[in-house]
Amino acid sequence: MKTILRPALTLLLLFTLLLGVGYPALVTAFAQAIFPRQANGSLVESGGRPVGSELIGQSFVDPAYFWSRPSATSGVPYDGRASTGSNLGPSNPGLHERVAARVAALRAADPDNRVPVPVDLVTASASGLDPHISPAAAYWQVPRVARARGVSEEVVRRLVAGHVQERWAGFLGEPRVNVLELNLALDRIAERVSANAGASAPDPDGRKPPMDTDGHR
Amino acid sequence: MTASTLLLDAVYFALLIALGVPLGRYVARVFAGEARVAQRILGPLERVLYRLSGVRPDEEMGWKRYALSLLAFNLLGLLAVYALERLQGLLPLNPTGMGAVPSPVAFNTAVSFATNTNWQSYGGETTMSHLTQMLALTVQNFVSAATGIALVAALARGFVRKSAETIGNFWVDLTRSTLYVLLPLSLVLAVFLVSQGVVQTFNGSVTVATLDPAAPGAPGVGHQTLALGPVASQLAIKQLGTNGGGFYNVNSAHPFENPTAWSNFLELFAILIIPAALCFTWGALVKHKRLGWVLIGVMAGILIPLVLVASSAEQAGNPALRPMGVDDAASVAQSGGNMEGKEVRFGIGSSALWAAATTAASNGSVNSMHDSYMPLGGMAPLWLMQLGEVVFGGVGSGLYGLLMFAIIAVFLAGLMVGRTPEFLGKKLEAFEMKMAALVVLLPSMAVLIGTAIGSLVPQGTGTVLNPGAHGFSEILYAFSSTSNNNGSAFAGLGVTNVFYSAALGLCMLFGRYWVIVPVLAVAGALARKNLVPATAGTLPSDTPLFALLLAGTVLLVGALTFVPALALGPIVEHLQLHP
Repeated sequence: MKTILRPALTLLLLFTLLLGVGYPALVTAFAQAIFPRQANGSLVESGGRPVGSELIGQSFVDPAYFWSRPSATSGVPYDGRASTGSNLGPSNPGLHERVAARVAALRAADPDNRVPVPVDLVTASASGLDPHISPAAAYWQVPRVARARGVSEEVVRRLVAGHVQERWAGFLGEPRVNVLELNLALDRIAERVSANAGASAPDPDGRKPPMDTDGHR
Repeated sequence: MTASTLLLDAVYFALLIALGVPLGRYVARVFAGEARVAQRILGPLERVLYRLSGVRPDEEMGWKRYALSLLAFNLLGLLAVYALERLQGLLPLNPTGMGAVPSPVAFNTAVSFATNTNWQSYGGETTMSHLTQMLALTVQNFVSAATGIALVAALARGFVRKSAETIGNFWVDLTRSTLYVLLPLSLVLAVFLVSQGVVQTFNGSVTVATLDPAAPGAPGVGHQTLALGPVASQLAIKQLGTNGGGFYNVNSAHPFENPTAWSNFLELFAILIIPAALCFTWGALVKHKRLGWVLIGVMAGILIPLVLVASSAEQAGNPALRPMGVDDAASVAQSGGNMEGKEVRFGIGSSALWAAATTAASNGSVNSMHDSYMPLGGMAPLWLMQLGEVVFGGVGSGLYGLLMFAIIAVFLAGLMVGRTPEFLGKKLEAFEMKMAALVVLLPSMAVLIGTAIGSLVPQGTGTVLNPGAHGFSEILYAFSSTSNNNGSAFAGLGVTNVFYSAALGLCMLFGRYWVIVPVLAVAGALARKNLVPATAGTLPSDTPLFALLLAGTVLLVGALTFVPALALGPIVEHLQLHP
C-alpha cells in the first residue's frame, strides 16, 4: 500500500505547487506584463474616471441613452458580482409574460414606433452582463434617443452605423453594437452641440422606463 | 439556418481535423518516449517529480495495481478539494471574503472535479475563493484530464503487447500527459485569451461609477462592481481538459470568461481538439493509422447532424413570442432566432455549435443557457450526453468509451457470422464482452434510475424551475450530465440541496470509476493474450463498413435506451409549442 500512497501523496502535492501556484502565477505575470489593460477588466475611462468595462454591459434607464438587453441578475440588473441567465424554458408562461411586458414598456417609451421589436431587446442574455445589442435593436431605439436628445434621427443613425461591429470574415461572431461605447459617443456629440449652441443637451426629466429586474426564480 | 452558421461549422471541423492529426501523432510520441524536443525542455522537471515522489519510471504495473494507483490518486485529490473548500475562509488569497462552502455542495464539487465532470452546483464568483479556484479546481482540471489520457495509453498497451502481465506505469502516464500535453497548450491558450480580454489578476473586484447615474446598480444606484480573478489560467485548462467548470457562474457566457468572437472560437476549438487528436494517437499507438480516421469519422458523423439540428431549432425561434410583435428573423442587422439565454456576440451559430460540442465532449462548459433552448435544440445536447460521451467524449474517456462500443460492435458482427470476434489482432472473449457491457450499461442505468427517483421524490421535483415537460427535461438533463461526466446543466434546476448534491455526486462517481475499472480490466486481459494473425474471416477495423457498424451500434444503444425518456421531455414540449 505504501508503494501506492507515497507517490500518490507526493505527486498530488507537487502538482498542486506546479499547476495550482506556478502555472497561474506565470500566466498572471505574462498577462500583467503584456496585456495589463485586458488582464484587469478592460476598463473604459471618461473624463478621467473609469465608467465601466468595455466588456461588461450596464443598465441604462434614461431615454436619452440606448438601453441594454434585459438582465436576469438577481436584485438589480447587470450585477457584475453575480452573473446569471434566466433559465426560463421556451414553453414557460413566465417567459411569455416577461417578454410581453418588455415589449409593452419599449412601446410605451416610443409610442409612434410601429416596427416589430428585435428579439434580443426583449430576451434576457445568458450572462446577465451582455455588453452588446444587435444593430437592429440599436436602430429600433434611434427615434426615442434622438427625440430625448433633441437632435435629428439622421445624426443618431449615423452614430449607430459607425459603431456596428460586423462578423469577421463572414462567419466569426455576430453583428453587434457595444452599448456603453455608443452611449459614450452620444455624450460626446451632446458636449459638442452644447459647446456650439450653449444649450444643455439631455432632458433631465425624460420619461423613465420601468426597471427590469426580473430573473428571481 | 444561415450561411454564416454553416460556414462556421465547416471551418471548425476542417481545422479540428487539420490540427488533430499532428497533435495526435505528437501525443503518441510522448507515450513512446520519442518526443525529443519536448523531452529536452521538460525532461529535467519530469525526472525531479519522479525522484521526489519515489517513482521508478521503468517499473511496470499490472492492471490492478494501475487501477489502485489511479483510484488512490483520485481519492486524495477529492479529499484535498473538499478540505480546501471547507477551510477557504481561514486561508489566504480570499480577497472578497468567501466563507466555507456548505458541506453538500463541497462534497458534490469535490467529486465533480476529481471525476472530470465539473458539474457546477455553485456560482463561481460568489462561492469560491481565488485559492480554491487555483489549488483545488485548476489542479484537478489538469490531473483528472491527464488521468483520462493515461488510460488511453494503458489500453493501447493491452492491444499491442503479447502474453504480457503489465500495461504501463500510471505515474509516468499521468505525469507525461500533464507536462507534455496539457501544460504547454494551456499556457499558450491562457495568454492568448488574456489578449482578448479574459481577466487574470489576484484582485477580487473593481467598482466603477456607471455612465447613467440614475440606473439601478450594485452595490448602489449608479455603481457597478465587477468580479475579477485568475480567470484565464483556469479557463484554458477547463476547455482543453474537457472539464468545463468555469470561474464564473455563467461559465463561458460571462464576458470576462469569453469576451470576443475570437476567444469564443478558440475556446470552442479547445473543447474538441484533444479528443479529436487522441483518435490519431490511438491509430499510431496500435499501429493501425487508418483506424484513427475511422474513429474520427464515426465521431464527426454523429456530431455534425446534431449540430445542425440544434442550430436550426434555435434559428427557427420561439413561436410563442412572435405574436407579441417580436422580430426574430435573421438579417444583416441581427442574428435573430431564440435569443433568451444567449449573448449577442455569439448569436445562434456560435451558441448552438458550442452546445453540441460541449456535450459531445464531456466538457460541459457553456456559452449560452441550455435550459432556455428550444425543445429540439436542447434535445441534441441531451442525447449527445446520453450516447455515453463517446462522440469525442472526455479527453481519453471518450476514446476508451468508443473502443468499448467497438468491442460490442465486433461481437455483434461475430454473432452474425458465427465466429469468435477479434479486434486489432486480439480475440475477444466472454470477459471482455462483460466488461464492455458494464461500461455501456452502468452509466445508462444511473441516468434512468436517478431520473426516475428525482421525478418522484419531493426533494427532486421541488427545485424544478420550469413547469410541465420542460421541468422533467431539467431532471433528465441533470442525471444524464452527471452520470456521463459532462457537467453542463439545464441550470434552472436547483441542485444545492442534500438530495441532488448526494444523488448527482454518486452518479458522477459511478459514471467515472465504474467505467475506468472495467476498461483497465479489459486492458489487462488483452495484454495477456497472444496476437492472432488476420485471416479471410477477420472483420477489418479500418474500413468504412466498420465505421458504419460502430456508429450504428452507438446510435442503436443510445436510441433504445433513451427515446422513451426523451419522448416525455423535449418531444412533448416541442409538440406543445408547435401544435
